Amino acid sequence: MAETLLEIRNLHKSFEGVSVLKDVSLSIAQGEVVVIIGPSGCGKSTLLRCINGLEAVDSGEILLRGERISGQKKALHLVRQRIGMVFQSYDLFPHMDVMANLLLGPIKALGKSRREVAEEAERFLVRVGLQDKAHAMPGQLSGGQKQRVALVRAMLMHPEMLLLDEITAALDPEMVREVLNVVLDLARDGVTMAIVTHEMRFAEAVADRVVFLEGGDIVEQAPPEKFFHQPETERAQQFLDTFDYKKS
Amino acid sequence: MDWDFIHRFTPMYVEAAGLTLSIGLMGIGLSLLVGFGCCMARYFRVPVLRQIAKAYIELARNTPLLVQLFFLYFGLPKVGIRLSAEACAITGLTFLGGAYMAEAMRSGIEAVEKSQHESGACLGLTRWQVLQYIVFPQAFATAVPAICANVIFLIKETSVFSAVALADLMYVAKDLIGMYYKTDEALLMLVAAYLVILLPVSLLFTLLERRMHHAGSGSVRPAEGT
Repeated sequence: MAETLLEIRNLHKSFEGVSVLKDVSLSIAQGEVVVIIGPSGCGKSTLLRCINGLEAVDSGEILLRGERISGQKKALHLVRQRIGMVFQSYDLFPHMDVMANLLLGPIKALGKSRREVAEEAERFLVRVGLQDKAHAMPGQLSGGQKQRVALVRAMLMHPEMLLLDEITAALDPEMVREVLNVVLDLARDGVTMAIVTHEMRFAEAVADRVVFLEGGDIVEQAPPEKFFHQPETERAQQFLDTFDYKKS
Repeated sequence: MDWDFIHRFTPMYVEAAGLTLSIGLMGIGLSLLVGFGCCMARYFRVPVLRQIAKAYIELARNTPLLVQLFFLYFGLPKVGIRLSAEACAITGLTFLGGAYMAEAMRSGIEAVEKSQHESGACLGLTRWQVLQYIVFPQAFATAVPAICANVIFLIKETSVFSAVALADLMYVAKDLIGMYYKTDEALLMLVAAYLVILLPVSLLFTLLERRMHHAGSGSVRPAEGT
């Protein structure tokens, strides 16, 4: 078993008295791709947001390489330099062209030189098929293109792990694939990822482990081949059934 | 209309316009600073300072400039603080303008989506860097019309300075009316003087707004698929 990269211990989180995460414990190994699935409102996104401190945890702790990263405020930006995150809504900076979007983090947060990052950024753009878009404004890109830029933007920080929060949920079906192919490519490269998604086929293809979350609890976790074909719990089976359509 | 009179007293108006403009600009510059300070105190939720900023904004926006000016000019000497007419005018204008600028800036910052702050934070930028590189440029594009409107409003508000015996445009006009009883001429020159100052400012701002729009800067996006 590879080294544990991220460890979540007994995490609790509630919003205005409503408990969203109840005693969640989860560990993710170096290079592992964990896909978190579950019905909406089950706390999937909140779990990702707690990991990089966008939400403060109520109790429990989160450790990155054994170092506690939860429950502190001062050095959050240093934690976030090590954990990349991409959202459903892409959130490119609309006043900057693609290249400026890509370079902002590495130059301002990591203090790298423009020249060394620009070269790498261009290589990355080629890899995701956007080499001709370096100087396009975000408003000129399609949703799928924006999301690929957002992935490159996160990767250029060389994060120790990547959090992907429903990154294809806002996309037209034909654009989903072009984005997920990039994610599969990153997974092959051994990038550690925690992915929240509703794309079950993709989840099955990319995951090393599937975590099924419901009502703020981890109900079941298993390798994808087992989870998607012989889930142990009835609740997981019911959830998977909602993706099947039968005319009865 | 007595054109000789107008000709004779135009230099007085030019001088007064200079004073109006210089005090106006000074006040506006300081207003921007005060407004920015208040806006940041509220944004960063600085304890005590943010309550002070809130109270100040309400006080300044809900009292007339004339009253504020009387307080500075006639009230403060009673407690031993004596300011010159110029100092009163600049202080008064800053007091009023700071509140309006703070609100204009706040509206700009609030118009930037929360997810923009978050995705900046996710790049490991500090809170200040997120503001500097991501929020301010977008907020500025949104706030420009309101800030420009405030600038014009504040230049016009300088007309109340005549009440504290500052020889601004309004004062000169009232003086001439009092001395020569040339009401029409004096007022015509007064209107002309304000227009000469404000029309170019207004035009400049229109150009600025259009430019920000075209540059696709801030939250204004260029057309899709160009």
